[in-house]
Amino acid sequence: MPTIDVNIERCKGCERCIDACPQEILGMSQKLNNKGYKFAVMVDEPRCIGCSQCAIACPDVAIEVYVEGAHYQFFQY
Amino acid sequence: MTKVLMKGNEAIGEAAIRAGCLHFFGYPITPQSEVPEYLAKRMPEVGGTFVQAESEVAASNMIYGSAGVGIKVLTTSSSPGISLMAEGLSYIAACELPVVLVNIMRSGPGLGGILPAQGDYLQATKGTGHGDFQLIVLAPSSVQEAVDLVVLAFELAEKYLNPVMVIGDGMIGQMMEPVEFPPEGQGKPLDPGDWALTGCKGRKKRIINSLYLDPIECNDINLKLKAKYDLIAKKEKRWETYNCDKPYDLLICSFGMMSRICKTAIDDLAEQGIQVGLFRPITVNPFPYEACRKAMDKAKRVLVLEMNMGQMLEDIKLAGEGSKEIDFFGTAGGVVLSPDESLLKMRKSLRKIPKATKAKPKKKPAKKTKAAKKRKSR
Amino acid sequence: MKKIFASTKGLTDRPTHYCPGCTHGVIHRMVGESIEELGLRERTVGIAPVGCAVLAYEYFNCDMFEASHGRAPAVATGAKRSRPDLILFTYQGDGDLASIGMGEIIHAANRGEKITVIFVNNAVYGMTGGQMAPTTMPGQYTTTSPFGRDTAEVGYPVRMTEVITQLTTPAFVARVSTHTTREIVRAKAVIKEAFRYQAEGRCFTFVEVLSTCPTNWGLSPREAVKWVEKEMVPYYPLGITKRPEDFTEEWKDGGH
Repeated sequence: MPTIDVNIERCKGCERCIDACPQEILGMSQKLNNKGYKFAVMVDEPRCIGCSQCAIACPDVAIEVYVEGAHYQFFQY
Repeated sequence: MTKVLMKGNEAIGEAAIRAGCLHFFGYPITPQSEVPEYLAKRMPEVGGTFVQAESEVAASNMIYGSAGVGIKVLTTSSSPGISLMAEGLSYIAACELPVVLVNIMRSGPGLGGILPAQGDYLQATKGTGHGDFQLIVLAPSSVQEAVDLVVLAFELAEKYLNPVMVIGDGMIGQMMEPVEFPPEGQGKPLDPGDWALTGCKGRKKRIINSLYLDPIECNDINLKLKAKYDLIAKKEKRWETYNCDKPYDLLICSFGMMSRICKTAIDDLAEQGIQVGLFRPITVNPFPYEACRKAMDKAKRVLVLEMNMGQMLEDIKLAGEGSKEIDFFGTAGGVVLSPDESLLKMRKSLRKIPKATKAKPKKKPAKKTKAAKKRKSR
Repeated sequence: MKKIFASTKGLTDRPTHYCPGCTHGVIHRMVGESIEELGLRERTVGIAPVGCAVLAYEYFNCDMFEASHGRAPAVATGAKRSRPDLILFTYQGDGDLASIGMGEIIHAANRGEKITVIFVNNAVYGMTGGQMAPTTMPGQYTTTSPFGRDTAEVGYPVRMTEVITQLTTPAFVARVSTHTTREIVRAKAVIKEAFRYQAEGRCFTFVEVLSTCPTNWGLSPREAVKWVEKEMVPYYPLGITKRPEDFTEEWKDGGH
């Protein structure tokens, strides 16, 4: 099952990952991190396809992507 | 050792190579253009690098980059070019990198002229660029000394990790004299130490930086630099006295080529039985104040002769602390006093020394009276 | 669980000081990834500019210089000519490269210095507070063009990629953008290619990256990327404009 891990203290809440996600499963938290930003959260984890587009769009290297088993690479990065 | 007859600018280029400097970045400007011309030919022969920069601003930043990766590097320019290099020099001094630059001074201000002058003394010693930094500044008075001081400059730059400037007036660059070089292959490459950027293989990354946004940190850097400048001032002062072993009423203070002209005049006076001393700083920064004071103490009056409007005069006044009357005569714009004209200036100062003081039986008054008599008889 | 996307060794762990939505972070990451993936990191020396990226020396995990405003290509020239085995890159903004450093960049490119220049174009001076840059769009409001950039007074934005492309000296020149994930993926490939050209000792390499400045544009990060697409991309066309292979032999002997 693919998933992402958001480093909430690095996140600055720019929401670029939300636009990047083809599955539209990312949203913003209601809580604030220590810097005072709302941070990205996954709202519908089972639908994540591990495409890494959120992580590629993130300007703060706050997202790590994990997959399990065989995984299809959608594009070369 | 054999002597070769060489133009000053070319000798400076060769001296750098003998000191182990194989990288030159510079921009043509009269009267130093023979340095890049010579090195453009010579560097490929010794496996070195010559780059003609697009401006002096770029040249000063190229030597910043070159020294930053741990390489012995030279640039040369003349007055207006040095003004443009001020930016890079401030960064180089702040980052404590060893570079050597030569300023073959021409007349100013502005575009000025292309003839020799010494108008960059204060720029070199007191205010080269923004912020609290100092260069080590060496002032040769002959082509041979220019060669020796360029070699010394590389040693000092590496020893103190500080930019060193050799200031020679246009004459040093343009005239030909027989010179002797240190043997080839003696100059060693720079030790990259623990500061040079050589790629972070097997070690932590290094940063060469002069940005300190924290005021405490920036203050500390300034204190560290100050401590270094104090150490340099303690250890590296160099000067020459001429005809100072005999008692003298008048002390001449001058540097660079002007001091050499004065020596001729002093010899002429000595032949007439009038002894005049000469004090010449070799390191104009750090300025040898103590030695200058010592030489001044023996005189009754001081005459400062320079090819500017009174720049080293300020250091002489600091050294003398008001203890002596100081006369000054300066020329600028490329006008150079001849030995005869300098002699006239010396006589004028000698005449200002009150006769009453001759009666004070301090040191061999007889000789002075003799000298005075001879003067009268002329 | 297999980690398929994580931070690169080409960057340090330090969080950047950039504003939310500023694409400097993305460009940093692409450069860091490129030097790491090509195995160049341990012989790379980077040069930070003056501008928003002034602290870039803290973020790249390789030896770093901090240069004076606009002079990074001269510093890179000095370093590369002194140690040709090093990989040199400069990371410069539009004020740094296209305004005060115009002389240095043109001549470094024209000499064909084997360095990589990453030129971040966000159409504004960021660090000093949103003043007009040489790349500010016609009519764009900045603190020093409060009525919008008047092209009759200050001319049109400088297209640096096209300027560098005009030089005869062989080079790799490209303009990429960061406004969509697709463009970031393309940009990464181009930046990596630029470093590869340098590593092979081929030519001068120059990559202009269109970037966002939500803070000084007065837009949200999401609006800012749309602004890049709508306003900047038509004026600053994307793509590789010059490759060393394009060099025509006719100029080798001066056209004779």
